[in-house]
Amino acid sequence: MSSDEVNGSAVGAAVDRMAGAVPEPGSAKRDPILVADGVKRSFGGLTAVDVEHLEVQRGTITALIGPNGAGKSTLFNLLTGFDRVDGGEWSFEGRGINGRRGHQVARAGMVRTFQLTKALTRMTVLDNMLLGAPGQTGERMAGAFLRPVWGRQEKVNTEKALELLERFKLIDKRRDMAGALSGGQRKLLEMARALMTDPSMIMLDEPMAGVNPALVQSLLHHITSLRDEGKTVLFVEHDMDVIMGISDWIVVLAQGQVIAEGRPSDIRSNQQVIDAYLGAQDVEGEDQGSGDE
Amino acid sequence: MDIFLILAESARSAVGPVAAIYALAAIGLNMHFGYAGLLNFGQVGFMLVGAYGVGISVAVFELPLLVGFLVGLACAVVLALLLGVPTLRLRADYLSITTIAAAEVLRLVYRAGFAEPLTNGVYGLQNLSTEFREWNLALGLFDPAGRYGFGSFSFSGSHMWLMTVTWGLVALMAALTWALIHSPWGRVVKGIREDEDAVRSLGKNVFAYKMQALVLGGLIGALAGCMMAVHQGAIAPDQFKPQVTFFLWVILLLGGAGRVLGPIVGSMVFWFLMNFTDKVLRGLGSEGYLPFLSGPDFGAIQLAFVGALLVLLIVFRPQGLIGDRKEMLINVK
Repeated sequence: MSSDEVNGSAVGAAVDRMAGAVPEPGSAKRDPILVADGVKRSFGGLTAVDVEHLEVQRGTITALIGPNGAGKSTLFNLLTGFDRVDGGEWSFEGRGINGRRGHQVARAGMVRTFQLTKALTRMTVLDNMLLGAPGQTGERMAGAFLRPVWGRQEKVNTEKALELLERFKLIDKRRDMAGALSGGQRKLLEMARALMTDPSMIMLDEPMAGVNPALVQSLLHHITSLRDEGKTVLFVEHDMDVIMGISDWIVVLAQGQVIAEGRPSDIRSNQQVIDAYLGAQDVEGEDQGSGDE
Repeated sequence: MDIFLILAESARSAVGPVAAIYALAAIGLNMHFGYAGLLNFGQVGFMLVGAYGVGISVAVFELPLLVGFLVGLACAVVLALLLGVPTLRLRADYLSITTIAAAEVLRLVYRAGFAEPLTNGVYGLQNLSTEFREWNLALGLFDPAGRYGFGSFSFSGSHMWLMTVTWGLVALMAALTWALIHSPWGRVVKGIREDEDAVRSLGKNVFAYKMQALVLGGLIGALAGCMMAVHQGAIAPDQFKPQVTFFLWVILLLGGAGRVLGPIVGSMVFWFLMNFTDKVLRGLGSEGYLPFLSGPDFGAIQLAFVGALLVLLIVFRPQGLIGDRKEMLINVK
């Protein structure tokens, strides 16, 4: 399998990155970038998320997995301010950000992508990218009339955008409408656009969903290179090959709670995780994936 | 029936004051719908507060006309805030329901008995354009008694003055829209039209942008209302029925939403068609070709005819007359 090489290197390096972390739910990390406590959200009588304690180590790739309906996406929405919690507190880089709205969380440096890709279809690829740049004078209504001022920023931002498009191999598409891109290219665009905001942590909601297998390798490569640049990645994913291959740390959710945490090797042999996957309603392809490894 | 006379008169209405006023209001609607994606079905409400801002200030309090304009514009800001604060955080449809209701409620309030000391109820307000005509005389631009143009295609001096100012405002507002839309501000607003969550995830305060667009488009609508008061010299609440909003939507879709010149082209073509079909039908009627139609039927048939033309337009040219088909096709997907 082609993912083996990614697999080997990542697992080998993971040991240093997660040094000192005990593989148990709610374990403390050496240098956590994100710390969440008692995050709760219920819809009617159903408790979707009830996370007692969760820490995400800075500069790592952390995967969030769990059967369908485990609350992964809900937790994502809560942490990034796209949904309101019933209770709980969390801090990002030492600052409490609970109760902040989505755009405020993004400005704090925690930027997300979406499960259903949100390319702004009737705008060009380059405009999509430029929208990500922070602190633009021209984005204020009065500032919009000061072309000389924002023109300079625009030039700098365009250079940065073109560099990123080059890196994500979208440079030839820069003048095309984003709606004309393929599904995989839209994922790449979304990731590149998120990087325009200079985030310190990037949250990817199912980055591989609906992506042509030929593009998966390139996406994985981009994700690992984000970490190698010192960014923290938290991602939700279903494909076990992918998760085991590139994650430094895995958090398993079931019925809204963290039931296990650990390195890929810990998770693979964790009886609770196997029970959650096989015992629960979800018996899709994803659990066999881990068996194959 | 003289077809050249009909064409000349239709052309007159395409460039006349009413077309200019509707173009202005549609530019506001274009800011709402064409760029920010806000479904405002109550643009006539903004026109109403603008017109009555002028009407009440001038006729009741005998204030200068410019003060009336400022009052009308201030009312539009208040209306936009009242509409936007509760609905802009919700899904798009809440705004549309709220706006259509609010515009109708405004009309009913302005015509109600208890409002009569200010609005003069159903009878409305008169003598609103005296000062405007004096400006023309003071500037010495057009002779109020003269005719400008050639043959049947000509306007009185006072109409020329009104058209100069109104089309001037149209040009100014189109330029303003152009400048805003071709700036990073416009990029954010267009992004919100495409997907507001995506824009929010990039750290933009979506609510603030939607509010700015709503206020700005409302202000332009109110300006159109002010000019309507000045043009007619008299206003009454029942001129501000929901049908005005729907005419504006037709104008916007006809010209092309999301294009700076769309509302202007739309308004000119719309008023040309309205007049042309009306005159042709009546002409045919008067010559006995349509014996089955009597007086009031012509208006209804004419509206139906224009409606059918517009349906054909939407089917064969969904992007409007000057819209971008490429953008439209992507949107359909």
